Amino acid sequence: MSLDALPDLAGHFGRFGGRFVPEALVRALDELEAAYRSAKTDPVFQERFAGLLRDYAGTPSLLYRAERLSEAIGAEVLLKREDLNHTGAHKVRNVLGQALLAKRMGKPRVIAETGAGQHGVASATAAALLDLECVVYMGQTDTERQALNVARMRMLGATVVPVTNGSRTLKDALNEALRDWVASVDTTHYLLGTAAGPHPFPEIVRDFVGGIGTEAREQCLTQLGRLPDAVAACVGGGSNAIGIFHAFVPDKAVRLYGFEAGGEGVETGRHAASITGGSVGVLHGNRTYLLQDEDGQTMESHSISAGLDYPGVGPEHAWLHDTGRARYEPVTDAEAMTAFQLLCRTEGIIPAIESAHALAGAARIAPQLAAELGRTPTIVINLSGRGDKDVHTAGAYFGILDQNEVIVPGENN
Amino acid sequence: MSIAETFGKAKAEGRSVLVGCMPAGFPTVDDSITSMVAMAEAGCDVIEVELPYSDPVMDGPVIQKASDIALAAGVRTRDTLRIIEAVAGTGATVVLMTYWNPIERYGVDAFARDLAAAGATGMITPDLIPDEAGEWIAAADTYRIDRTFLVSPSSTDERIAMTVGQCRGFVYATALMGVTGARTSVSSQAPDLVGRIRAADPAMPVGVGLGVGTGAQAAEVASFADGVIVGSALIRCVLEAPDLATGHQRLRSLSAELAEGVRAGKPL
Repeated sequence: MSLDALPDLAGHFGRFGGRFVPEALVRALDELEAAYRSAKTDPVFQERFAGLLRDYAGTPSLLYRAERLSEAIGAEVLLKREDLNHTGAHKVRNVLGQALLAKRMGKPRVIAETGAGQHGVASATAAALLDLECVVYMGQTDTERQALNVARMRMLGATVVPVTNGSRTLKDALNEALRDWVASVDTTHYLLGTAAGPHPFPEIVRDFVGGIGTEAREQCLTQLGRLPDAVAACVGGGSNAIGIFHAFVPDKAVRLYGFEAGGEGVETGRHAASITGGSVGVLHGNRTYLLQDEDGQTMESHSISAGLDYPGVGPEHAWLHDTGRARYEPVTDAEAMTAFQLLCRTEGIIPAIESAHALAGAARIAPQLAAELGRTPTIVINLSGRGDKDVHTAGAYFGILDQNEVIVPGENN
Repeated sequence: MSIAETFGKAKAEGRSVLVGCMPAGFPTVDDSITSMVAMAEAGCDVIEVELPYSDPVMDGPVIQKASDIALAAGVRTRDTLRIIEAVAGTGATVVLMTYWNPIERYGVDAFARDLAAAGATGMITPDLIPDEAGEWIAAADTYRIDRTFLVSPSSTDERIAMTVGQCRGFVYATALMGVTGARTSVSSQAPDLVGRIRAADPAMPVGVGLGVGTGAQAAEVASFADGVIVGSALIRCVLEAPDLATGHQRLRSLSAELAEGVRAGKPL
């Protein structure tokens, strides 16, 4: 089966994906799929999307040769600078695409779930730009530890609803958004934040963020005259990773590496590594790898990075893992923070802690690839977001905040 | 009694079936058995045992809270089977309501086998649509468990026909677009949905759930549906009571009121 022709018509990537949802949502998912199919071949829609990405979001993002980092890790490193996009991460690509789809479907309201608040801020941004009502569900634990992002969303005109049930984090925010959608589906588009959830979301989100990979591939050919040896990305739900992987999937010589949040170590049970530390099941509308107990109850995930702190992963990653086309490894909090500091000090770039997982993983594989290839390997790393939102967490982690600075206990963890 | 017999008997009596829902293990395994037996004695024709799940996206705050309490107390899938066995052992007709992942985790065929052995006659799957249910359909056929899928006001006529075609026993019609939980009035979408189901299959019994909590509402739903499904209002009897004895007393009294309702809906 051709890897780039997936999903099949029912939204399956091999045994993964599909639609495990209440019947009430099926018509909305069918409508969304139909709207997406027609938008995909509509030059007017495509031009509008491309125009917003170019003039508003600031893409194509740069592919930057990071010389001092290259020297430090023993590889030729090219950073895909998604951190320079408007709102500071790759997520703006997805929200612009989906908000345009909402307009096309005539739905005046969008809802979104958010963990750290990045997808919520991006959704609120797109909603403001395109004049849509926006409601963001956010676990109460997260609204407390990410108060600045709550303020950002409200400045942009969104309503933020703190979710007080379950573990009060991202997965519960997602549950609550689904409950809202079941009741409001006639007027509302669910602006899902990652390449997971029921079909057709994994495919739509992948395609909207897929510019990361097509740009990076072209930039490699233009700047290097060849393709890289490896592409590395962090994986939580997996949108930035699938975005950069997808264009490279047919290039069999290009190794694809996804780095999951290993938290305190997969062996401790306190992690968010769904593929390397989880098992196959059904969560939030799709079959995939997830963190679950013996009875199939979802387990809480742990990561220093709020954006990776999710107990599932998109179904296409589960499929790429099973087929061996991509390789997934865990990166611990400590490894990620070492890489975070390395990028700050060598390149003057403060990365999102999410992206620091990809940097740490690249540093790990560099000597292995060098040995295998007998030369310095070329690695493209998706620098999926900037670290402004993480300054407090990182400052506390490194103990460099002034003493009278208020530190919220358990921030991002 | 099988589900078909239960609906057949009610029809012969000129009334609707009352289905009462309670999460397994809420607030403890033994207390949930007591609750379910009390519901059956007070007039619930079918006991719908809900398997507590960490991410119940079709459920409103009452069932979420009760499920959380049961899970926090350590209830396991095997406890749910034990509860079903105890309640079915009293002669009650028992069906299971469960989200899909716990079943997939247990093993679909093994679960169907053990569910049948425990004495359940059917299973309701709120987040499993027939499109994804191949393995479940085969296992349910093997162990003769009635499959109940949901249909919704948003379902197209084609999907209603397809879904009802895969149901055995009865089909669950969600009265409104939303999650479980009592409402002040019965949804106006429900009679239309029931009519569309009957057009697809006049013989399939239709149970209507979501938003029913009083005897009067039960009577209203009974006037157009074969079964009335009540969950949150019953669970709240226990959830909001100062102690369990009071909770069980309220549960009996509401069950009796609802049982009267399903008998008031249709003239003999």
